[in-house]
Amino acid sequence: MTKTKVYKPQKRGILVQGDQAVVEGALAAGVEFFAGYPITPASEIAEGFARELPKVGGKFLQMEDEIAGMAAIVGASLAGKKAITATSGPGFSLKQENLGFAIMIEAPLVVVNVQRVGPSTGLPTSPSQGDVMQSRWGRNGDQPIIVLAPASVQECFDLSITAVNFSEKYRQPVILLLDEVIGHLREKIIIKKAEELDIWERKRPALNERRNNFNPYQETDDLIPPMPDYGSGFRYHASGLFHDQTGFPSGKNKTAKNLMDRLTKKITANLSEILLYEKDVRKEDQAAVLSFGSAVRTAISAVHTARKAGLKVGYFKLKTIWPFPEEEVAKLAEEVDTIIVPELNQGQLIGEVKKAAGCKADVIGINDYSGLLLKPEEIRSVLEEVL
Amino acid sequence: MDIYKYLRKEKLPHIWCPGCGHGTILNSFVRAFDKSGLNQDKTVVISGIGCSGRATGYLNFDSLHTTHGRAIAFATGVKMANPELNVIVMTGDGDGAAIGGNHLIHAARRNIDLTVILFNNQIYGMTGGQFSPMTPEGANATTAPYGNIDRNFDLCQLTKAAGATFTARGATFNPRQLTNIIKKALLHKGFSFVESFTQCPVRYGKLNQTADPVDMLKLQKQKTADIKKWLQFSDEEKEIIYPLGVLNEEINPENEYTFRYQKIIEKTLEKGVL
Ligand SMILES: Cc1ncc(C[n+]2csc(CCOP(=O)(O)OP(=O)(O)O)c2C)c(N)n1
Repeated sequence: MTKTKVYKPQKRGILVQGDQAVVEGALAAGVEFFAGYPITPASEIAEGFARELPKVGGKFLQMEDEIAGMAAIVGASLAGKKAITATSGPGFSLKQENLGFAIMIEAPLVVVNVQRVGPSTGLPTSPSQGDVMQSRWGRNGDQPIIVLAPASVQECFDLSITAVNFSEKYRQPVILLLDEVIGHLREKIIIKKAEELDIWERKRPALNERRNNFNPYQETDDLIPPMPDYGSGFRYHASGLFHDQTGFPSGKNKTAKNLMDRLTKKITANLSEILLYEKDVRKEDQAAVLSFGSAVRTAISAVHTARKAGLKVGYFKLKTIWPFPEEEVAKLAEEVDTIIVPELNQGQLIGEVKKAAGCKADVIGINDYSGLLLKPEEIRSVLEEVL
Repeated sequence: MDIYKYLRKEKLPHIWCPGCGHGTILNSFVRAFDKSGLNQDKTVVISGIGCSGRATGYLNFDSLHTTHGRAIAFATGVKMANPELNVIVMTGDGDGAAIGGNHLIHAARRNIDLTVILFNNQIYGMTGGQFSPMTPEGANATTAPYGNIDRNFDLCQLTKAAGATFTARGATFNPRQLTNIIKKALLHKGFSFVESFTQCPVRYGKLNQTADPVDMLKLQKQKTADIKKWLQFSDEEKEIIYPLGVLNEEINPENEYTFRYQKIIEKTLEKGVL
């Protein structure tokens, strides 16, 4: 009744902000539901969905706060829609409890966090990468999470699609981690036409399994239980308490461990698909700059000019920051003597780099947490020191 | 009437304490649901955290046991995503009026077609007897050992003022009336709010000299009156006696939120903008 039109993107080039590219990507990926609360520098995402969603028969909700926005997209996801929300630092903090709930009940959905400088209200209109650890560990307990960080407006579009796809395939909340500069930057992007896009849908159980003692959290070979839509006759229960395959609470320690293990393994068993990165490290390179998000732009620019000056340096650009590509970074540490990690924070992802590199390479951080972008010269001068 | 088809029999007996009134509300709910004629497969029951939150686990519907206070926000997402579904929220007085109070007033303001049933035992039952926003002034609680000085809400007036188009109050001493009220609430198009008094002899009664559930039910009866009778009371009596029954009902399905959003969808489609 409410589904009125299928959105089919046409191939075109447009000049847009990163925030708007996220909206375009999500729509192309089949998102039909947004709920959230305005906050700089993510409000343009809410505004974009408010404008576009009704045109495709989708729904936009401005909720009373971020907690409610997060809750509403979980509800929409259970009702069978691809759903998304967008926020920034303080709002991201508010979403954490219900994001943990979504991870626990395995609701596919995407949370966009356009980072600004924190803590607290911080610097609302300046870029930061201060939520690397909040993205990973912001909720109580252990848990899997996928976090993708675009470095350009085109990547906002592309990774927005990937985020929705991953969430659907793995029944897993995915965080799309932008920062103020990427969100507000305008660049030309190419929107692919519908036929060129690879769009994934969650696995749904066959309707004839409805009365067949259906187990909504069954252990399948791929570790991802098929997910029925609410209202399709399965009458199943979902709870944030530890639950067994039936979905009902269980206080058994063994059941708790089983569920934790499956939640973890459904991600670790698929790292080859989930870990996205670009690497340009030549045989002769002695150093590499490892970066993500807006720091990538500074890093690659610094590497190009350094190479022109004859310095032996390459780069490793992460698109997936969580799960962290431990093996790939361990390998990088064998190939070069020094890994330089520029970040717009006091040094968050660098800890993971050090863990993965062990004593095989020196790991040096370059940090700006004042609300400014890093400059290529800052990286260049460190390169000159170490090479 | 086969009420067992609405229950997950294998999940019984329930976890509620002997003498607790929550089961009476559950009973009224399944009877009301049967009388409503609504489709069981097209119905979702959603709860928060607390003793009341466990109700959804016993109900044979699509069900969601969410986080503390947030059930209404989850329900709003389900209803908006698929307005064909009947969406029912079961919440407690702590869950719905304290941590979740903001969601309650905003869902009422939107007049979105949800039915919220609030199990008001005037105490935080699950966590062991701390006071809630519905604990009467002067009553004892583990966190009000010298008597509660917080004033309590009138939730029916609150939700009505916020925009709910159906508000009603029931009590577990009168399950027949409660059943009728819930049935009407289920069939109402728009935000419907039902508060039901329910006794908590273990966490509330013991601290307040009414450890016997029968005494608690008698007290409920003394402190309430049917709305028709209540309207005849003096102002002083109205201050201390709660009216029971349907307290407010505005029938205007076109004022309902998902209906109004559908109009926006149609408007954008007419314009043919893409
Ligand atoms: C965020 C959060 N805060 C606190 C709690 C602890 N907690 C669980 S139930 C509850 C109170 C429930 O009281 P009420 O809603 O009145 O329901 P009842 O148990 O009396 O039915 C509290 C405070 C929690 N689970 N989550």
